[in-house]
Amino acid sequence: MSQGGAPLLVINNIEVIYDHVILVLKGVSLTVPEGGIVALLGANGAGKTTTLKAVSNLLRAERGEVTKGSIEYKGQRIDRLTPNDLVKLGVVQVMEGRHCFEHLTVEENLLTGAHTRKDGRAAVARDLEMVYGYFPRLKERRKSQAGYTSGGEQQMTAIGRALLAAPKMILLDEPSMGLAPQLVEEIFTIVDALNKKEKVSFLLAEQNTNVALRFADYGYILENGRVVLDGEAQALRENEDVKEFYLGLSSQGRKSFRDTKHYRRRKRWLA
Amino acid sequence: MTFFFEVLIGGLLAGVMYSLVALGFVMIFKASGVFNFAQGALVLFAALTFVGFMEKGLPFWVAMAVTLAVMMGSAILIERFVLRPLVNQPPITLFMATIGLSFLLEGLGQGLWGSQVRALDIGIEDLPFDVLGMTFSKFDFFAAGCAALLVGALVLFFNKTRVGLALRAVADDHQAALAVGIPLQFVWAVVWAVAGLVALVAGLLWGSRLGVQFSLSLVALKALPVLILGGFTSIAGAIVGGLIIGASEKLAEVFIGPYFGGAIENWFPYMLALAFLLIRPQGLFGEKIIERV
Ligand SMILES: Nc1ncnc2c1ncn2[C@@H]1O[C@H](COP(=O)(O)OP(=O)(O)O)[C@@H](O)[C@H]1O
Ligand SMILES: [Mg+2]
Repeated sequence: MSQGGAPLLVINNIEVIYDHVILVLKGVSLTVPEGGIVALLGANGAGKTTTLKAVSNLLRAERGEVTKGSIEYKGQRIDRLTPNDLVKLGVVQVMEGRHCFEHLTVEENLLTGAHTRKDGRAAVARDLEMVYGYFPRLKERRKSQAGYTSGGEQQMTAIGRALLAAPKMILLDEPSMGLAPQLVEEIFTIVDALNKKEKVSFLLAEQNTNVALRFADYGYILENGRVVLDGEAQALRENEDVKEFYLGLSSQGRKSFRDTKHYRRRKRWLA
Repeated sequence: MTFFFEVLIGGLLAGVMYSLVALGFVMIFKASGVFNFAQGALVLFAALTFVGFMEKGLPFWVAMAVTLAVMMGSAILIERFVLRPLVNQPPITLFMATIGLSFLLEGLGQGLWGSQVRALDIGIEDLPFDVLGMTFSKFDFFAAGCAALLVGALVLFFNKTRVGLALRAVADDHQAALAVGIPLQFVWAVVWAVAGLVALVAGLLWGSRLGVQFSLSLVALKALPVLILGGFTSIAGAIVGGLIIGASEKLAEVFIGPYFGGAIENWFPYMLALAFLLIRPQGLFGEKIIERV
């Protein structure tokens, strides 16, 4: 693995079990370098969300448990910390499906992100303006109830809310879900800007492989709870299998990976 | 006509007291999705504790402060030993736990302070006084004033403070609240502490009217129709629901009661709630479930 930057997050061979019996992650390892955008790709049910929740420790609220392996952030074990501890350390998750506080206004939603901060109102107000700078649409809608805003605005609210925690690292789960292509582009462009200008590192779970690999530096492909392939985003984009199964392009023309028998896919990667 | 208004206003004033008990329910339900069966027991426990300290010779305000501290302490213990171990359990389990809790509180309160009926004098005489030819109870006005003050303070707390914001966030989406680092345990302890405060005020007001005794925990039953009317998730609903129940039960008693041979006050609110349930199940102000794809 050649990735620039010191490792910020290191997931080392973790196994995750839900409800004491359902084994979902079967040894996942990955590294997010400081300042990187790392994509975690894979079909629905592959274990992307579970991986992110193992890091943010939201897993425990779903009766999930990391039973093997370790997770380190800045060299420190974080498996036993609470989500509250992690947010204080600067690791914040933006959940799949946005999860805005529906009955709160957009601005109130953003401010909840600052709950754990101790650096005073002025700093929070400054970051609020920073978020409005990146998402001018949120400023227009700041007084609207979040439940009545559009999907794109809710995604922006969810990202903005995480930003108000002054994070070093955002675990971003399927930001493209259910959004029109133009909006997806807009959101990824902002993610890229946040990465470059605000120095936020991202671990990005996506089913939209195409967009994710355009914006990420490095990617991991997860299948059935295991990493089956990883590499520089550029290299993954040019990989024949990835093209065929995840980008829907192959030398024989467009094809969805669903059309291909599962065993064949596995065999080719594991070979 | 004067008589009508006299009954109406008397009813509204009594209704404020129902609102107060309903408020305790609403807060806990909003923040944790738990229907807190123990709210009535909290009212009894608070009143018993207060009277107990008064009998030990503590001055009024000191007894008030000590009781408040006891209620806060109980909230923390309840969070730690009842709610936290049951996190992620289905709502029915939590509901059962609050039933257990209510027996515990009732038993504990009566065990510590005795079970005989005690008079509670908070220094407001229940004297009638006249305005515009109508006669009202001074105590009712005082009680309504206290309740209104408490409600105003709570609304400010919810809307203007950081903890209030966290409370509303948790009420909306536990998962998301966890994700932004709001500790649920802390929020639950705060909510139960506030419910304890509301129970204390309700306990003092109801206790000085009815005497402090076991049946005080039954005033919680009066909150049920209020909740159905006002919605389980709305503070405004609890207030308005209480007023409607209070006013309508008194009006019904005076103007319709004679046709039924009287005493309809006791069941009229439930009838009203039942009728309402058929028309608008989420309550008058119950939060609309926002659905959006
Ligand atoms: N709370 C849960 N309890 C039991 N199984 C779960 C739970 N959450 C997810 N799973 C299972 O774990 C697998 C991976 O899910 P997930 O991590 O959500 O995948 P992805 O995000 O890649 O779509 C799926 O088979 C899913 O059914
Ligand atoms: Mg997912």
